[in-house]
Amino acid sequence: MTASPLLCSAVVRSLHETGDNIWSLILHAPLIAAHARPGQFVNVRVADSLVPLLRRPFSISRINGAELAILFNIVGPGTRLLADKRPGDIVDILGPLGRPFVIDDAYDTALIVAGGLGVAPFPFLELELHRLNKPIVSFVGARTASGLSVEGLENVREATDDGTAGRKGTVVELVAEYLDAEKPKRPKLFACGPTPMLKALREFAVNRRLLCELSLEGAMACGIGICQGCPVQRTGEGKKYALVCTDGPTFRAEEIVLS
Amino acid sequence: MVKTSFILRGVEFRNRVLVASGTFGYGNETTSLLDASKIGGIMTKSLSWKPRDGNPPGRIVETTGGMLNSIGLANIGVHQFIDEKLPQLRNLDTKIVANIAASSVDEYADVLTLLEDQEGVVAYEINVSCPNVKEGGLNFGTSCPKTAELTRRLRPLTNRPLIIKLTPNVTHVSEFARAVADEGADAVSLINTLIGMAVDIRTRKPRLSTVTGGLSGPAIKPVALAKVYEVAQAVKIPVFGIGGIATAEDAIEFLLVGATAVQIGTMNFVDASISGKIAEGMAEYAERSNVPDLGSLVGALDANVGFSVLQSWL
Repeated sequence: MTASPLLCSAVVRSLHETGDNIWSLILHAPLIAAHARPGQFVNVRVADSLVPLLRRPFSISRINGAELAILFNIVGPGTRLLADKRPGDIVDILGPLGRPFVIDDAYDTALIVAGGLGVAPFPFLELELHRLNKPIVSFVGARTASGLSVEGLENVREATDDGTAGRKGTVVELVAEYLDAEKPKRPKLFACGPTPMLKALREFAVNRRLLCELSLEGAMACGIGICQGCPVQRTGEGKKYALVCTDGPTFRAEEIVLS
Repeated sequence: MVKTSFILRGVEFRNRVLVASGTFGYGNETTSLLDASKIGGIMTKSLSWKPRDGNPPGRIVETTGGMLNSIGLANIGVHQFIDEKLPQLRNLDTKIVANIAASSVDEYADVLTLLEDQEGVVAYEINVSCPNVKEGGLNFGTSCPKTAELTRRLRPLTNRPLIIKLTPNVTHVSEFARAVADEGADAVSLINTLIGMAVDIRTRKPRLSTVTGGLSGPAIKPVALAKVYEVAQAVKIPVFGIGGIATAEDAIEFLLVGATAVQIGTMNFVDASISGKIAEGMAEYAERSNVPDLGSLVGALDANVGFSVLQSWL
């Protein structure tokens, strides 16, 4: 059972650029920090105005006492406003939201698979996996070296599209090579990243019958299941769509269809 | 104490702020965020006879001061609503209005008849104005004879208040309001969303899976005010004003142009507690303005003065 979402006035503690257009915003939000689980997100009101209107969803990247961190790229007007925040500013956030990663099922090795800013939820997840004494291997991919963000991750293996760091190729190829070479017993994949990467990994995991959870993104207005704006197609009988915000953002690979 | 309540066909609503259908789920998702006793009522998500999956992804797009949606009336169906949601809603300290959407006159009648036996539903709002489904919705809402026929069919089926929710996507919405009033509707609510569109210029594709969708949010408030004003001039039955309301001041504007009550829509997505704040703000406005009853503001627009030069725009 996850905690009910709360509206909180969070205080900005710090904002810094940790890589090429990768920003880390640290917020003091004790109630949300106390209840958040890895894989959950917050929905952030970037400005106290009606333009831009909607909140922006961000994975909770790390928790440190009463503080939580989110990671973002500046990609539009909302994230531009977020990058203007200064220590002491108040930011209205809603959270914790969504279904967390399942970390207590049957596996021996946790394989973290991140593409680009998809690393966001994993420092928090790895901290919790540590507490469970799970061995962790982190596979991190990006287009180029400056897009890699590995802070807070352990046992990191890198891949870049252009070969400027780590293996030249995709992070999914990196995972496949590792599995074939190391043959770890009972691995479980935890993945987040761009849709083409998740689609490839989903197919790989389903074919090899690997335990795999994917954390999805979706355009959403509310984050709490009332706008119905973030459907993702389900597999199997019954309801055709699940909602990224409340049924996810984490899904078992075999639960959903990515297009 | 300012009087904030109003009565519709014998049903008393504690204040004049309700939440609009489709913007508050079934009413049970937000209990940690909004104290339901702060608002007049909840219009449920549109209910159809059978569950509806809704439209494919590409359902929402943010626009300047607003948003486009194409949800397609995704809902659990009236049976599951009665079994699973209504028992929880009965515990909320506010009035529950069932919003009904269907693709035929018979289906509207069937859903309403099923709900007639249910305690906890105080009124019906009939959605004839969804722009995002192929069958029903605007098929009815843009035809004045069909809208009138539907009202005629539903009126004898219930003694509960019957509210018809109208679309602005017609030439004269007041003609539709007049037609349903003549058929015995107790009230009308407007506006549903305006048809709109957005394009991704990189892919040259529409940004909604259904190409066009419904525009809502603060961006549409001036249009909504004008439509509510037009309808309030044309009919004697109460009007629920809807469209871009974000503050108590916005809501007061709607009362002044003739709305008996208002519904908060898109802003619930931004702040699910906002309707309670708006209701409080309206009472405070009345207090400050020495208005003992918010009802006395309904239609109190001074239309003889050309414009208000004192209004600050800086």
